[in-house]
Amino acid sequence: MIPLSWYLVLAAALFSLGLYGVLARKNAIAILMGVELMLNAVNVNLVAFWRYLTPDSVSGQAFAVMVFAVAAAEVAVGLALVISIYRRRKTVAADEINLMKW
Amino acid sequence: MTIATLTWLIPLPPLLAFFLILLFTRRNNAISHIVGVGTAALSWLLGMIVFIAAIGAEHLGENPITSSVGWLALGDKIFSIGVLIDPLSAVTLFFVAWTVLMIFIYSIGYHNFGQPKGAHDVPGLPPEGAEEHGHRVPSVEPMYARFFAFIGLFAFGMYTLVVSDNLLTLFVGWEIMGLCSYLLIGFWYAKPSAKAAAIKAFMTTRVGDVFMLLGIVALYSATGTLSFREILYSHEVLETLANTPAGVWGLSAAGLIGLLLFIGTVGKSAQWPLHVWLPDAMEGPTPVSAMIHAATMVSAGVYMVLRMFPLLSAGWVEGGDLTTTMTVMAFIGAFTALFAATIALAQKDIKRVLAYSTISQLGYMIAALGIGAYVAAAFHLVTHAFFKALLFLGSGSVIHGMEHGVLHTGEHIDAQDMFNMGGLKSKMPITFWTFLIGGFALSGFPLITAGFWSKDEILADAFANGRWIVFGVLALAAVLTAFYTMRQITLTFLGTPRTKAAEHASESVRTMTLPLIVLAVFAIGAGWVGIPESFPGIGGVLPSWFHDFVGGTLLEHPPAAVFNATPLLVSFAVALGGLGLGWLAYRRSGQTDPLRQPLGPIYTLLERKYYFDELYDWLFVRPVKWFAEQFTYLFLDRQVIDGILHRIARAAFSLGRIFRTYFDAPVVNGFGDFTASVTQSFGRALRKIQTGQVQQYLLFVALLAFGGLFYYLLTILQ
Repeated sequence: MIPLSWYLVLAAALFSLGLYGVLARKNAIAILMGVELMLNAVNVNLVAFWRYLTPDSVSGQAFAVMVFAVAAAEVAVGLALVISIYRRRKTVAADEINLMKW
Repeated sequence: MTIATLTWLIPLPPLLAFFLILLFTRRNNAISHIVGVGTAALSWLLGMIVFIAAIGAEHLGENPITSSVGWLALGDKIFSIGVLIDPLSAVTLFFVAWTVLMIFIYSIGYHNFGQPKGAHDVPGLPPEGAEEHGHRVPSVEPMYARFFAFIGLFAFGMYTLVVSDNLLTLFVGWEIMGLCSYLLIGFWYAKPSAKAAAIKAFMTTRVGDVFMLLGIVALYSATGTLSFREILYSHEVLETLANTPAGVWGLSAAGLIGLLLFIGTVGKSAQWPLHVWLPDAMEGPTPVSAMIHAATMVSAGVYMVLRMFPLLSAGWVEGGDLTTTMTVMAFIGAFTALFAATIALAQKDIKRVLAYSTISQLGYMIAALGIGAYVAAAFHLVTHAFFKALLFLGSGSVIHGMEHGVLHTGEHIDAQDMFNMGGLKSKMPITFWTFLIGGFALSGFPLITAGFWSKDEILADAFANGRWIVFGVLALAAVLTAFYTMRQITLTFLGTPRTKAAEHASESVRTMTLPLIVLAVFAIGAGWVGIPESFPGIGGVLPSWFHDFVGGTLLEHPPAAVFNATPLLVSFAVALGGLGLGWLAYRRSGQTDPLRQPLGPIYTLLERKYYFDELYDWLFVRPVKWFAEQFTYLFLDRQVIDGILHRIARAAFSLGRIFRTYFDAPVVNGFGDFTASVTQSFGRALRKIQTGQVQQYLLFVALLAFGGLFYYLLTILQ
């Protein structure tokens, strides 16, 4: 059987990929995709821990499902914001959007 | 309901009218006068019921109609107020009720109810007349409703005074009337003369009132009560008061209190030297003059001294030496009677003549009381109220008729000046005949009129008791009275019109003539209840009811004066002589007084009222003004009080500046500024990290998170 640590390594790798994407990409859509990667890395962790540590309770699965739901909502809101910003400023580059600067 | 309960209710309807009119109905003239006259009629009805019950009662003097309630707890005693109907208040109630009701009715016509509104009439000035069908006609009084409210309050004051059983509520009614007379004399407040007259009346009577209040206080401290019954019907109390020295000028306590109370009467009943306000009070509307001069206020003064007579005369026995108070009263009364009568000789204004005659007649009553002629004084008070109310209302009717003529012809003349009148007899027959009755009653026309019987009784009393000076002075005053009364009648009604306005004068409306007729009946009939039984011929035909009835008010009933032909002949002679001389002197008078030439400077002296107004102005008004200006205002107010205030202000100012310089600016402000600048520099340093780049923020978060994680792991691993 595949040991738990493998899953954890996979999840860590996935998370790091997502984080890199969020921090380094300019395109806001890509940043949202990075966020999705990070969330799914967490899902992998949750499901793996559930399967290996507490297979009797369903709390791990339940958390994972909840994360899906939150992720879907987050993407919907995020894409709406991106479209709105695009309409106003004709760009989706994150480093050009600095309205909140002091 | 008992008679005592009804007595409580007598004063209330006019008070109700006052509030109803002022609060609710003041915009509607018709409702307002219905309320005013209706409540006066209600009081009249109650008054008549009480009066009839009073004259039907046996020994009313000993067992008067009384009722009282505890009102005010003073220490361990309870001060009670209540009502008292004894013979004196019963007869006073009678004439007050009648005259007040008549005056209310008369006011409807006098203030031109039913006439159109004048185009230029403003509240506070007499109506100037309106244009109707191309004619000038009288216009309705702009403050019609308010007038009824005020006279309602006035009637309340008088009824309260009459029915009260103690000196304090009497004084309350007295002061309410003082206020109302101020309001009513100044009814046309936009006229400067009316405004000044109102203030003068108020201030002058105030002088008397202050002394009266002192008298009340002195009486209370001496006896511990103000109830009439407890003081005036108790031999012990009166004797104690008469025998206790007051410590001032060798007076007894009774003497001092009596004098103080009497000064109140001097002010209220306009006796010399406080008479100056009454002629000026003619500035008010004529019904007001009748109210103040006949039915109510001036009568109240005499009523009060009549009421307090047992106190004023404490220590005096019939036929003995007069007490100090009585001597003062006899002197002031007789002097005033003569003094005012002489001034009346030279007055032109129809109402001013009546005002001075009122002062003179009140002097009669005071003098009569001063020589102990209690019943005669009360009798004259009653008859005088009727015929003087009649004369005033008659003069108002004359003025009204003249104003009608003035409006018709457009002449610019004084409608109150008798030398502009003449020949009004045929124009205003009802007014003429009633005025003639009133005038003859005032002069004491023998046998028929009420004035003759009351005046004759005073003279007879003075003669019988050997008060020669009083007798002489009063007889002389009576001649003058008859003379100026005839002068007035002749100038006003007889002869030919002196002006166009007089030619076009017209009779007044029915609401004005009806009261005249009613009062004329009393001006004659009121005398018949007091014909002495010893009078030759007609004595005893009618019982001499008045003497027995009113005499019963006193503890010891005064005996009727023995009949003597001398005073009777004097009465005849002065009345007929004065009337005859007056007619002779004035029957052919033009627009100047025929006496002006022969009398010369004396006439001017009389015309200017012995310069009393000027004297008082010089003696009191100016010094007080000077004192107010120079001492109170410039020195006390501007220098002393303002100086203290300014110094306090300056001290506070410099203290404030010290605080500001040494505490507020360095410490408080310094601390505040320091906080602000620290916060500011933090903000300036920290704002560098707010780049607006979301990814940078996330990078910070990530770095911190990793840093924190590493640190955590390190600590765990160690």
